[in-house]
Amino acid sequence: MAEPLLSVRSLKTYFYTDEGVVRAVDGMAYDLHKGETLGIVGESGSGKSVHALSIMRLIPSPPGKIVDGEILFEGRNLLKLSDEEMRRIRGNRIAMVFQEPMTSLNPVLTIGEQIAEAVILHQRLDKRAAWERAIEMLERVKIPSARQRVRDYPHQFSGGMRQRVMIAMALSCNPSVLLADEPTTALDVTIQAQILELMRELQREFGTAIIMITHNLGVVAEMCDNVVVMYAGRPVEETDVKRTFHDPRHPYTWGLLHSVPKLYERSERLIPIEGQPPSLVDLPPGCSFAPRCPFAMEVCTQVDPPTVSIEAGHAARCYLYTDKATEKDKQAATAAGLAASARSRGV
Amino acid sequence: MSQDAAAAPRVSASPERAGRSRTPLQLAWRRLRRYRLAVVGGVTLVCLYAAMVLAPFLAPYALDYSDRSLFYAPPVGVHLIDARGRLHLRPFVYAYRVVDASLPAYAPDTSRTYDIRFFVHGAPYRLLWLVPSDIHLLGVDSPARLFLLGTDQFGRDLLSRLLYGSAVSLLIGILVVLITFPIGMILGGIAGYYGGIIDNVIMRSVEVLAAFPSFYLLLTLASVLPPTLSSGARLFMISAVFSFVGWGGLARVLRGIVLGIRDVEFVLAARAAGLPDLRVIVRHVLPTTASYVIVAATLTIPGVILGESGLSFLGLGVQEPSTSWGLLLAQAQSIEALTQFPWLLIPGLLIVIAVLAFNFLGDGVRDALDPRQRVA
Repeated sequence: MAEPLLSVRSLKTYFYTDEGVVRAVDGMAYDLHKGETLGIVGESGSGKSVHALSIMRLIPSPPGKIVDGEILFEGRNLLKLSDEEMRRIRGNRIAMVFQEPMTSLNPVLTIGEQIAEAVILHQRLDKRAAWERAIEMLERVKIPSARQRVRDYPHQFSGGMRQRVMIAMALSCNPSVLLADEPTTALDVTIQAQILELMRELQREFGTAIIMITHNLGVVAEMCDNVVVMYAGRPVEETDVKRTFHDPRHPYTWGLLHSVPKLYERSERLIPIEGQPPSLVDLPPGCSFAPRCPFAMEVCTQVDPPTVSIEAGHAARCYLYTDKATEKDKQAATAAGLAASARSRGV
Repeated sequence: MSQDAAAAPRVSASPERAGRSRTPLQLAWRRLRRYRLAVVGGVTLVCLYAAMVLAPFLAPYALDYSDRSLFYAPPVGVHLIDARGRLHLRPFVYAYRVVDASLPAYAPDTSRTYDIRFFVHGAPYRLLWLVPSDIHLLGVDSPARLFLLGTDQFGRDLLSRLLYGSAVSLLIGILVVLITFPIGMILGGIAGYYGGIIDNVIMRSVEVLAAFPSFYLLLTLASVLPPTLSSGARLFMISAVFSFVGWGGLARVLRGIVLGIRDVEFVLAARAAGLPDLRVIVRHVLPTTASYVIVAATLTIPGVILGESGLSFLGLGVQEPSTSWGLLLAQAQSIEALTQFPWLLIPGLLIVIAVLAFNFLGDGVRDALDPRQRVA
């Protein structure tokens, strides 16, 4: 495969609080290729959003700090750029769409002004051309009568419409990477489907690579080419979308798949993952999922598991695929994996 | 939030057109008009400022006019029926007759009536420093005098001096707001937005300033102004003194507000769009504080008006022969003046009216901008 467009290497973002050091992102790593959609899945507090803000270098500092790692974008390490160089990448080469469409637009500026602002800044267009670009972008995201609505204020738009505006704004400078931080979480399902469809369409059109941050496996199945499952600030399983659902390997992924309700089968019980995600202040030694893991072995609670490559393009951070696990464990694991995968069909 | 309700207008676009594209300020304006007291305050202020601009035209006499023989003259009576019981179609006045020059005591000289004339030629002036004219709205022929609100110890017409003096009293508040608010907003905005060391430096200097007893600081600063300053320069210097004392409070409150807004998603989104920090502060953070700032401004102005009155009352503000309401009120300091020449209290009444008007308007604006009332 070609050089990755964006490559995150052992990224660590810590927050230094009074309670101690919160390891929000602790060794995140993946590659993103041109035009690809990468899903980053995990439950609340797993560090998904913090990792996205780290890529944009928008971590509030203090208390936050990127303590280690590399973010290689088009061959340059974003963490080594000056503030000014980074500012020119933000919104221009890497754009971001936020979760909450009701609060991510400035209520006192018209949406046209807000879209044009970034265009004027990055593309060096004059006001008039930027305004035309704003209208064009609103048309692209299918806002009816864009030419009139460009003069409207955010409060005159519904949630779904605002998210379209946000997407228009993010794509207005034709970035090569779009970070979408739970872009559909705050919307109702019918609007969600529209927004996802729109993003897919625009991706085909613009060739933008998308990092889709979500906790919704349905969104992943719908949108993504590859998936990184994140737990307690670390990637626990990475593979393509097909294998995520059909051949999941990490016990946490199984748990996620079991936690999704299926449409037609009421009788089948959901199997929630027991317990809570660990406090990121004092992570347990060893695998951070071990306390909740039904397959936890002794070694799991002692030493952090290595990332095991199961086959080409499929890696899991788990002892089940090392020689530490007994045959019996491995058989039980295979069965559990099959069960989870069976459940996931039809998601 | 109901998305369907908000989305509906775009389907049936035409009837909603009228309600379209109202800026938040337009919406607030509509609500403001519903508060009667605020409207009363606003109208009063418009009248006061209009009178201020038209002062040379409205005033019967010039600022430096004085009739030394008629000091402490009471307000002249305006009549329609003369001493012989005849009805006049034009209102008229009688000339003053000096009864006892030492008291002083005056009586109207009813032997002859003097009609009040409109648009008479009088002392020349320039309206707004531009339009030369000598037309005055009202006037009477000599030797009668049109002292509608009486005179002071030098026989100067109080009404004329009130009109001329309103410029200082009404402008100083606005001047101070124009100086204070940009400073307070930028410094408060920067402190709140960046936090850390920058925040510390700015806020500690605000605290040092706040630790001074502000009225004494004001008095000291005002008393070191050279007495040779022209009245315009003096007005500006006094405004600067007030601003120096006043910007800290605003900066401190704005810092608090900005601290809260800084983490709102649209600010994050603006930064994610790659906007420079100063632009994020000026264009995205500070406009959000507008409702507070507008209210603070309408409530700061009356404070400054009172402060200027206080300074002038103590002789540290505006200097004779130019005047302000505070300086005019300073003449009513003695019990004797209060009991015998009560018309000298009228400047105080005007101060009260102006301050109340600003407060009413400020309260109304605050309610109109309150986001919790944003129903429509």
